Amino acid sequence: MGLFEVRQLSFRYGARNALENIDLNITAGERVVLLGSNGSGKSTLLRLLDGLYLPSSGSIHFDGVELTEARLADPQLLIAFRRRVGLLFQDPDVQLFNATVFDEIAFGPLQLGWTREQVIAAVEEALNLFNIAELRDRAPYLLSGGEKKRVALASVLVVKPDVLLLDEPTAALDPKSQGQLIAFLQALPASTTVITATHELSRIEDFAQTGCILQQGRIVKHGSVSSILDDPALLRTADLL
Amino acid sequence: MSQFVPGSGFLARTASDLHAAARKTFYADEFAHTPGFLQSLDPRSKIVGLGAMVLAASSTRHPEALAAMLVFGLLLAIASRIPLKVLAARAWAGIFLLTFVLAGPAMFTTPGNPIIQLPFGIQITDHGLKTAALLILRVETAATFPALLILSTPWMHVLKALRVLRVPVALVVILALTCRYIVLLLQTAQDMFEARESRRIGILSTKQQRQMATSSVGVLFTKTLVLSEEVYLAMRARGYNGDVFLLQTFRMRPRDWAVAIAMPAGAFLPLLLK
Repeated sequence: MGLFEVRQLSFRYGARNALENIDLNITAGERVVLLGSNGSGKSTLLRLLDGLYLPSSGSIHFDGVELTEARLADPQLLIAFRRRVGLLFQDPDVQLFNATVFDEIAFGPLQLGWTREQVIAAVEEALNLFNIAELRDRAPYLLSGGEKKRVALASVLVVKPDVLLLDEPTAALDPKSQGQLIAFLQALPASTTVITATHELSRIEDFAQTGCILQQGRIVKHGSVSSILDDPALLRTADLL
Repeated sequence: MSQFVPGSGFLARTASDLHAAARKTFYADEFAHTPGFLQSLDPRSKIVGLGAMVLAASSTRHPEALAAMLVFGLLLAIASRIPLKVLAARAWAGIFLLTFVLAGPAMFTTPGNPIIQLPFGIQITDHGLKTAALLILRVETAATFPALLILSTPWMHVLKALRVLRVPVALVVILALTCRYIVLLLQTAQDMFEARESRRIGILSTKQQRQMATSSVGVLFTKTLVLSEEVYLAMRARGYNGDVFLLQTFRMRPRDWAVAIAMPAGAFLPLLLK
């Protein structure tokens, strides 16, 4: 049984179809990359997997439980789900809203009801892991793009989610920061499921084994990353080359 | 026709003002971390005490009582090391202008003994002047106390204290998002004005610059609406459901209780005065 089971999923923004008839099965520990040009539906799919949007039709099951409005309204279920699934937004500015970096990273654990000691220990660990301890009292608003991205990632990973949803994680990062991020993703426990949305082909082999190509809201290819990269005609059709 | 001078035209000034406003908004917490009387109090006692002052200022009809409350507010600011010029800039100046626009006509339209005669038979009456002055004094006094609360308390503490005091989740969420929305609005506006500046070729008249600024308002509104939705989703993605959790534990000490009881009692005393 898959960790995420997506069946005949469609999603509409008003009259516009963002996703149509998506079928996807993602198992625990799998590293998947969602490839597609801008507007292909990658970010929308990640938000649906994170329970932020609900399908217009079709279903999403997480660990055997269907994500429905009623289930996500249940505080206990919601906390358990948020504890297990973390989403990194494409634009770190929307994700950083606290007065200091420390408060930013502590926000998630506090929302999940962790004790003061647990929160402090987890935040300290995240600050050190991402090499941002010196930023702890700085306002996120004033950080550089790369620093903001690291703080945003730390604020998601501080709760050690089982599933990491990453929306264009390397966007706006310099090559060194991109390398650090990929090294970090590679070092995650094998049990961590990582689903990454990107349109960058250059380094996807470094952090995913399987991939899906999305085109105009539909999955046009699902297979190993190497089989995707070996199909330049398809990549060109999907505006990825 | 005034001509655009790089760095000093309407667009450049607007971008610069937006930048300053964004920084001020973001650093509103600055005074909340300086040692002072209000800063040392539990946020709940401040909300109860200062909230009572606002209600009392809104209810009383006695200018003497309003003046006394305003002086009390000034003393609180001084004891809390909040510079009066900051209070004036953040609370009094804008509200004075708005209230003056609303109260100004009352000076001419309220019947009473004329005290100043203006051309075209227009006159300011004693009752009119008193009415306008009372309204301005009331609004300025009432605005002083929320400003003191915000300046002396970290924003997240205010939100948490409101939830502890059983303020509905929906209202607290609106307040939390409004605060973040203001910062995003200012950041987006600044980016837009700077982008326009960077692409501007040639000299624009003041009128053209104003037209450009006006046309940006609609776009700005739409962009910030989308951004604020994104912020809300990002908060929800990390477990936010309207309740606010902090590392700091609120603790009511004897002097917090004293403030929470004495301030409302003192505030409503003027209402009993005849």
